[in-house]
Amino acid sequence: MNDLWNQIDLFWTWLTASSQWEGDDGIPHRTLEHLYYTGVALFAAAVIGLALGLLVGHTGRGGFLAVSVANVARAIPTFGLVLFIVVIDYSITPVLVALVALAVPPILVNTFEGVRGVDADAKDAARGMGMSGWGVLWRAELPMALPLILLGLRTSAIQVVATATIAAYPGFGGLGRYIIDGLARNDYQLVVGGTVLVVLLALIVQLIFAGLRRLVVSPGLLGTARSS
Amino acid sequence: MEFDWDWIARNTDSLGEHALVHLRLALLPVLFGLLIALPVGVLCRRWGWLYPPALTIANVFYAIPSLALFMIFIQYTGLTASTVMIPLTLYSLSVLVPNVVDGLASVSDPVRQAATAMGFGPLRRLLRVELPIAVPIVIAGTRVAAVSSISLVAVGQLIGQGGLGYDIIRGYQLSFPTQIIAATVLIVLLALVTDAILVTVQRLLTPWARVRGKVS
Repeated sequence: MNDLWNQIDLFWTWLTASSQWEGDDGIPHRTLEHLYYTGVALFAAAVIGLALGLLVGHTGRGGFLAVSVANVARAIPTFGLVLFIVVIDYSITPVLVALVALAVPPILVNTFEGVRGVDADAKDAARGMGMSGWGVLWRAELPMALPLILLGLRTSAIQVVATATIAAYPGFGGLGRYIIDGLARNDYQLVVGGTVLVVLLALIVQLIFAGLRRLVVSPGLLGTARSS
Repeated sequence: MEFDWDWIARNTDSLGEHALVHLRLALLPVLFGLLIALPVGVLCRRWGWLYPPALTIANVFYAIPSLALFMIFIQYTGLTASTVMIPLTLYSLSVLVPNVVDGLASVSDPVRQAATAMGFGPLRRLLRVELPIAVPIVIAGTRVAAVSSISLVAVGQLIGQGGLGYDIIRGYQLSFPTQIIAATVLIVLLALVTDAILVTVQRLLTPWARVRGKVS
């Protein structure tokens, strides 16, 4: 436990040093960079994953193919992909591409499973009420698949927040900067500082998604609605 | 960019060696994860109130970036293989624990009652009836854990323990794409082969699934 206190103390002195809060290597700037990488990658991944997942889930065609491709994509080491494309074209775009590749599979698979798992009776009822194919998708399948879709988005978001640290290795910014620089300079305080900030960011993402789940998912699906 | 096949031919030995180290670093944690998740899952199933806290703990670890978790463990285990394997074990738990619980929950009550009626005690019922029925869901979780573990190990090279991650970093430092591609492709291949082996294991462990498929 003593070690733990040391780490917290180390982190606190680092965090509260005024020099940490200014300039390009300051915490606000690095955090914004981190959020920028994460946000762009996650947005692109959400567009791709949701569109494909809804399409495949709704039509019921190509599901096996989509899930297999997504699972193979999961096996691609992001670290290798990042360094490979950076060697060929040194810019932040390849790093973002690698993060998108990391984030698409969970979103795609969960969206697909969510839409596919919607009760056939509910879909029949929606059709019976006169909804078109789009209507069924938007007003029945999507809302009922939301819990799983949010789970997929959350998994991706956490992975991207955590993995965006890798951008620092080939020399870009973000919170990984502290971890990589700390390692290189044998400055353990810097490593701990960066680590704790990334963990905090990941926890905030978890909280945001827990809140979203309460806000947007129909109470009937969460089991919180009163049955009377 | 040209792919240097000669380099591959000259370095098959070291690539193979790194691949073996890589597999060991990636799969031992999944094995440990299973050894922990099975009893934990059984306990959570037996006492339902244990499940939410167990799941929360597993999920908290999942939220910590691998690089960060490696850093935290350096203090305790130094620059050794354990520093990579302990975090990977913790990650695998976040997939394996829920899957063991779901798998055990998928045993229907009539089946459980039939087993009891046939004179199975709780332990024998667990080992001979409930766990075998849970196998497909447990293996589904093991596949996800194994594949992500294999692709995560590479990051361990930043603390000197990364199997094929060595070739990724080396190729980057030398601006030599061939070495990075070779290592990346090998990692994907290792993941695919491991996944195929797990599917085969599942088929061997659940012979009734095949029989039923043929009959219907």
